[in-house]
Amino acid sequence: MIDTRSPDSFEWRFVLVALGILALGVISIYSVSPSTTPKGQTPLYAKQLTWILIGLVAFLAAIAIDYHTLARHAYLLYGLTLILLALVLVMGRTTRGAQRWFAVGPLVFQPSEVAKLVLILVLAKYFADVQRFGWIQRVIVPGLLTLPGLLLILKQPDLGTAMSFTFIFVTMVLVGGLHAKALGLGVLFTSMLFPFAWELIWSSLHDYQRERILTFWDPTTDPGGRGYHALQSQIAIGSGGLLGKGLDEATQSRLKFLPEGHTDFVFAVFAEQWGFIGVLVLFVLFAVLIFLASEIAFKAKDPLGLLLATGILSMVGFCLMVNVGMTMGIFPIVGIPLPLMSYGGTTTVTSMAALGLLLNVKRRRLTLFY
Amino acid sequence: MSKFTTQHEDFRNLQRRLLYLRTGLLFCLLLLSARLWYLQVVKGTYYHELAEQNRVRTVDLKPARGLIFDRHGELLANNVPSFNLYLTVEDIRDRDGMAAALEELIGLPRAETMKRLIQQAKSYVPILLKSGLTLREAALLEGHRLELTGLRVQAESQRNYVHGPLGSHLLGYVGEVSPEQQEEPDFAGLVQGSIIGKAGVEKTYDRMLRGKPGEKTIEVDARGNELKTVAVVEQTPGDDLYLSLDLRLQRLAESLLGAESGAIVALDPRNGDVLVMASSPAYDPNVLSRGLTPALWEQIASDTSHPLTNRALQGQYPPGSTFKIMVASAALESDKWSADTKVRCTGAFSSGRHVFKDWKRGGHGVMDLYNALVQSCDVYFYNVGQRLGIDTIAETARLFGLGQPTGIDLPSERVGVVPSIEWKQRVRKEPWYPGETISTAIGQGYITVTPLQMAVAIGAVSNGGTLHRPRLVRAVRERATGRVQEYPSVDRGPVPLQEGTFHLLQDALREVVLHGTGGRARSRSISIAGKTGTAQTVAARVTQLSTDEEAIPKQFRDHAWFVAYAPAEEPQIAVAVLVENTGHGGTYAAPIAKALIEEYWKDSDVDDRHQIAGQF
Repeated sequence: MIDTRSPDSFEWRFVLVALGILALGVISIYSVSPSTTPKGQTPLYAKQLTWILIGLVAFLAAIAIDYHTLARHAYLLYGLTLILLALVLVMGRTTRGAQRWFAVGPLVFQPSEVAKLVLILVLAKYFADVQRFGWIQRVIVPGLLTLPGLLLILKQPDLGTAMSFTFIFVTMVLVGGLHAKALGLGVLFTSMLFPFAWELIWSSLHDYQRERILTFWDPTTDPGGRGYHALQSQIAIGSGGLLGKGLDEATQSRLKFLPEGHTDFVFAVFAEQWGFIGVLVLFVLFAVLIFLASEIAFKAKDPLGLLLATGILSMVGFCLMVNVGMTMGIFPIVGIPLPLMSYGGTTTVTSMAALGLLLNVKRRRLTLFY
Repeated sequence: MSKFTTQHEDFRNLQRRLLYLRTGLLFCLLLLSARLWYLQVVKGTYYHELAEQNRVRTVDLKPARGLIFDRHGELLANNVPSFNLYLTVEDIRDRDGMAAALEELIGLPRAETMKRLIQQAKSYVPILLKSGLTLREAALLEGHRLELTGLRVQAESQRNYVHGPLGSHLLGYVGEVSPEQQEEPDFAGLVQGSIIGKAGVEKTYDRMLRGKPGEKTIEVDARGNELKTVAVVEQTPGDDLYLSLDLRLQRLAESLLGAESGAIVALDPRNGDVLVMASSPAYDPNVLSRGLTPALWEQIASDTSHPLTNRALQGQYPPGSTFKIMVASAALESDKWSADTKVRCTGAFSSGRHVFKDWKRGGHGVMDLYNALVQSCDVYFYNVGQRLGIDTIAETARLFGLGQPTGIDLPSERVGVVPSIEWKQRVRKEPWYPGETISTAIGQGYITVTPLQMAVAIGAVSNGGTLHRPRLVRAVRERATGRVQEYPSVDRGPVPLQEGTFHLLQDALREVVLHGTGGRARSRSISIAGKTGTAQTVAARVTQLSTDEEAIPKQFRDHAWFVAYAPAEEPQIAVAVLVENTGHGGTYAAPIAKALIEEYWKDSDVDDRHQIAGQF
């Protein structure tokens, strides 16, 4: 069932926007890379370029294999992912108190990033298949499906990915499952449960996670300590002004006042260098991507395709909003990378594979009927 | 059919909800844009300012202090490189860890570091934590630089007194400007940690010696590492001082005092130049300038021998018999007494129920004024005092500059006391008793003077009545222009006495050394004139009966005075010597004055050739 048509103009637009965002990301990473790299080490931006090349392969592969075929193996894939998530707790590498990564030689692999994509596949498959409208089928069962992955990720701990996980689940339940009446009841029920759930979540958080959330409310209380990231990030963004400072004069990022400039805070680096106008361009690129993705979802030929595209849209959208929100100080700092821009192997490859899946959905919509 | 319809409707449902998601996401993007507008456009300038504060640090460039030379161009004070440890509070990541590391590496007490950290209000201004690090300490700290963010070892110039304690009281010492001083107009514009003079000429001439600080603006990274220089305003070194002091004589004077407490002042009676100003015990200004630990300060402040006191101008002592010069002048100027008035000295003098004794048991026999001065006959002056009254004596004493500041260019000069009826009423709230006039006539009782005042006074006797303001700094050389500005000698006006009075005094003082109480000051090489004095300490009256000086406890022994000038015919040097708690002035002070004057005389020809202009 391999589709052999050459890409149409819609697909070109889609690919160009994605490549544009990737390129801006590489430039930002380049600007915060040290001017001299120790011998034998590859500079970060070059590594990121390698990741993008690998991502392109994943992107093409995700187009090539029919999503129906993928969906048929969804539960198996999810099972494998859960095993990986369990394994990483046992033999993963621990960095800054979190055990999230597999280290294979120089390569570092983060299974929780992949898990998000697999969760989308599983939930799409489930909602597409389910025939009854019962409460249990629409909420409880998918909840039980999501829970093991969520718990394993919380155990690492990886608050950011856990939140993405939850968000994907919630959007897919809302879009794919609940009727309007049930939706209202659900919201009511959740808000009633929230205080108890909060207590539970709060007590399970690590100290540094609590601190991050507390500092969010007032980063200026301890500018040298907990609030440092939040404050420096806002200084970086704000000092960019209308037109930005350019690559060389962006002192916040170049002189490392802004920590993690290549990963979670890459947006602040970009905003300092390119200013308000530059960020608007970036936002327009993301907005176009959201439009095109929802277009694909809307025109999908079956519920599976629609749900798959919806899941991907919600995943990318959530990461975008939370990441940008936290760098601008309107959201607590949780470790969520900016899709397509932050440095990182797994996140880059996964995001590109997700885009490939979107095109996959788009391409299959005309090919066959059953 | 129903199933298909349901599925179809269901699919429409899905699509509708999808659009909600899309709208929601785009709305969020709009909210983020609004926040972005607020941060970058509304508050852009504010955040830009904050980013600049992050990036830029200013480093004060401390100017080198001016040099200090003696009258022959001998170097007295200069600057040497020193490693100083600075700390920028803002750049510290881990305060406790740093304090612990400093204790381990250079032995700086943890509590003290923490105290300094808390005191510092402006977190981006570096504070001086320790100065004068050893090379080893500096290297250790540099080695741990990466862990100890916010610390910087800076090579700076440190004040150095080439001859250690020599002349410490008149040179003074330096130290950091205190927060209170920064409020004063004299120190306006000085940054924290600036070095200023704290005593001596370092203090009086601080404005010239200080120089002007510069400022270097540097760019730093998040760790506080200096990356590049943005702007530099160069510092201007301070101006150099040329003192009237003679280093060679000063050294001799201090060695003559040795372990005894006391002071020696030598002036040039022709212009008021201060040739010698020694005060013992002395201190090492190098130690004080290096930044005192509280413990060291406590030790110096509680030292009962008061090494920080400049006895030459802060020590107030009864003048003893040296005061007879003033009393004799008062007598000669008065119509109640004349040079020929004779008194029989029997060794004692009665006034009311009190009996005042002469220092010589059995008395001096019949005395006139001249001989009474030469022999320092107490009974003669008891009579003079009783006849003239305290106010006449006080008036004449003031003519010689006693009871007033000499106006020397050094801080914290004391003026002593010239008692009068009015003074006692005002200060003590008691009437004057006639018996007090009797003891004042021989320089005992309430009257006190400083060695510097006595040196100025004997200078006026030697030069026929000109009071000079003592001059310590002869010239200042401006660093910026190289221009030398000379300070003129200042004449405080004549002592309005008759010429004959001075002649009699001069003759008598010469005779004191030749055949009187000052015999130990007689020199073969130069004609010296002088007057001995033996000032009783307050407690000494208890032990007055003991004649054996060695048996009296040290702190109850008399202060030995000798005031002198030479050569008698054409005076060039006037000297006041005071040695605390030793005994007779003729025994303990006169030989010191003689040694000093002989040394001066030995090289006086050379001295004249050293014209000041030739030194620059």
